[in-house]
Amino acid sequence: MKKLIIAGKEFHSRLFLGTGKFGSPKQMEDAVLASGSEMVTVALKRLDMETNTDVLLTHLQHTHINLLPNTSGARNAKEAIFAAQLAREALETNWLKLEIHPDPRYLMPDPVETLKACEELAKLGFVVLPYIHADPVLCKRLEDAGTAAVMPLGSPIGSNKGLKTIDFLEIIIEQSNVPVIIDAGIGSPSDAARAMEIGADAVLVNTAIAVAGNPVEMARAFRLAVEAGRIAYEARLAITKRTAEASSPLTAFLD
Amino acid sequence: MGFKEIYNLYSWEEIKESINNKSSHDVEMALSSHHRTLEDFKALISPAAVPFLEDMAQLSRQFTQKRFGKTIQMYSPLYLSNVCNNFCVYCGFNFDNKIKRKTLTPDEISLEIAEIKKQGFNHILLVTGEARQTVHVDYFKKAIKIIKPHFANISIEVQPLEQDEYKELQLAGVYAVLVYQETYHKERYPGYHPKGKKANFYYRLETPDRAGKAGMHKIGLGVLLGLEDWRTDSFFCALHLDYLQKKYWQTKYSVSFPRIRSAQGAFAPNVLVSDRDFVQLICAYRLINEDVELSISTRESEQFRNNIIRLGITSMSAGSKTNPGGYAVDTKSLEQFVISDERSAHQIAKFISSINYEPVWKDWDKSFL
Repeated sequence: MKKLIIAGKEFHSRLFLGTGKFGSPKQMEDAVLASGSEMVTVALKRLDMETNTDVLLTHLQHTHINLLPNTSGARNAKEAIFAAQLAREALETNWLKLEIHPDPRYLMPDPVETLKACEELAKLGFVVLPYIHADPVLCKRLEDAGTAAVMPLGSPIGSNKGLKTIDFLEIIIEQSNVPVIIDAGIGSPSDAARAMEIGADAVLVNTAIAVAGNPVEMARAFRLAVEAGRIAYEARLAITKRTAEASSPLTAFLD
Repeated sequence: MGFKEIYNLYSWEEIKESINNKSSHDVEMALSSHHRTLEDFKALISPAAVPFLEDMAQLSRQFTQKRFGKTIQMYSPLYLSNVCNNFCVYCGFNFDNKIKRKTLTPDEISLEIAEIKKQGFNHILLVTGEARQTVHVDYFKKAIKIIKPHFANISIEVQPLEQDEYKELQLAGVYAVLVYQETYHKERYPGYHPKGKKANFYYRLETPDRAGKAGMHKIGLGVLLGLEDWRTDSFFCALHLDYLQKKYWQTKYSVSFPRIRSAQGAFAPNVLVSDRDFVQLICAYRLINEDVELSISTRESEQFRNNIIRLGITSMSAGSKTNPGGYAVDTKSLEQFVISDERSAHQIAKFISSINYEPVWKDWDKSFL
C-alpha cells in the first residue's frame, strides 16, 4: 500500500479521526489507537489551554499521533485566521483543518470565506486542509491558493449518510493535484472502503465511530475497511460490465 | 413577515383542539417520517403519543447522540441582581416581595466567579431581574469585562433589550441570549405579568428577533411549564423556534424547560406537568429538531436529571445558586427558585461519566467574537 504524503509528511494510515462526541476521553484514546490513525483533529474551542492539563490532549500523547487543530466555531475568514494563530501557538503545529461554517444547523462550509482564509493562511505558512463542499471548481481554486489538501464532504457532517456527493467527489479526485480527504458523512466502514476504492487519498471519520455501540471495535473496522479500499484501488478494480457477453455476438460476421 | 404577524395567524383554542384530536395514526406517521413538521410535533406532544413514549425516547437518544455525541455541556448560572420592577406572580424576585435586594458590585462579582471557576465551569449564564435604573447595558458591560478573562462562554438571561444593546453586548463577549416567553397565551399573559415592562406581551415576543438581528451566536427560548396548557404553549414555542431558525440562520438555538412544581414556593402551578409529560415534550422537540440544544436546570430533581441525560438533553447546570451572592458573598439570601438537585458540580460530573457520557466544560473560545 502506497504511503500517503501531505505537505511532505508521510502517513502509513489513511484514516483520520475526529475526537468529539466520545463518551469519555479514555474511550476516544482507545478508539484512536485501535484505528491506527496517525492524524486526529481537535477543535480549538474544546481545548482548555489555560490549565495546561487539557484532558483531551493528555489522552492524545502518543508519538505516532499528529494533532490537526480545527477552527470549528469560526463564522468567517477573520475569525478562522485568528483561531488558527491561537491553535498554532497552543499546539505548536502549523497544520490546520480550516472549518468555516456559518450555518450551525447543517454546518455547511462557506466556500467564499474558506477560500479567502486559505489564501491568507497559506501565506502565513500554515499547512491548510480545508473542509469544503464537494465542489470541483472550489478545489481547483484552493489549489491555486496554496492548500495542502482538500477535504470535501460526502454528506452533511454527522449525518452518517455516506457518499451522497460521489459524482462530484470522482471529478475532484480525477482533477486534483493535492490529496483528497473525504471528510464528512461517512457512516459505516463500507462507505469508507467505497471512498478509498474511488481513489480518495484518505478519509476522516468521527461520529460513525464515536457514537457506535462499541467505538473501539468500530475504529478497528474502519481501519480494515480503509486498508481494504485502498488496496483494491491500487490493485485496480475489475471493470463492471454494462452488458452481458452474448454467445453469438452481433458483430461476429465482421471477423 | 415578523413573528408577531405569524403568531397572530394562529388561535390558541384551535391549536389546542388540533393537538388533542391527533390520533395514534398521526403519531405513527410522525414517528416514521423523514422530515418532521410542526404538524408532526403536535402529534408527538399529543395525548395520543403517550403509548409511544418508549419509541420516542429511543429515537430521541439516537438523534441526540448522532448530533451531540455522548456529551453533556456543563454551565453555571451567576445571579448578578435580584432588583426587579416586574410583578410576575410566580417569581421570588417580584417587586412586591419584601426581600433584601442586591446587585453585585465588581468586587463581589470577582468573588463569585472565583467560586464558580473552582467548581470547574467555563460556561457561565448571567441572570438578573429587570431594573434599568441599576442593571443596564453599562452594568452588564462592566460585569462582562470582569468575567470574560475567566470564562470561555458567556450567556445572559436578563431583561429584553434593544437590538443595538444586544450588539454592544455581543461585541463585549456575550455568546447567547436566553429569553423565555413564559406563556404564549396572549390573553392569559397579563394575569401573570400585571405591571412593569414585562407586561408588554409583544415586546417580549419580538425580543429573539432583536437578538437575532444583532447577530447573537445563540438564542434560547422556553415556556414556563405550569402556567398554561403545556402542549399548546410548547407548540407556539416550536413555531417560534422554526421561524427564528429560518430567519437567523447563522444563530444556534436552545430550548429550556423551567417547570413550576407543586409544593414549591408561594405560587401553585395552574397545570401540573408530570415527569412523563416532560419526557414526552423533550423527545418531541428532539424528533422535530435534531440540532436544537435542550437544557435542564437544577430546578429538577436528582433522580429526574440523572435519567434525562440519555433522552435528549444536551446541557445542564450544576451546583447552582439562584440568589445574587449565593456562591461566596451572601450565601443565605433568598433564592429565585428552590434548587431540587443539590449535588455539587463535581458530583454531577462524576455521575455523567459513570453512565459513559462526557461532561464538557469548554466548547467555545473567547477568540471567537
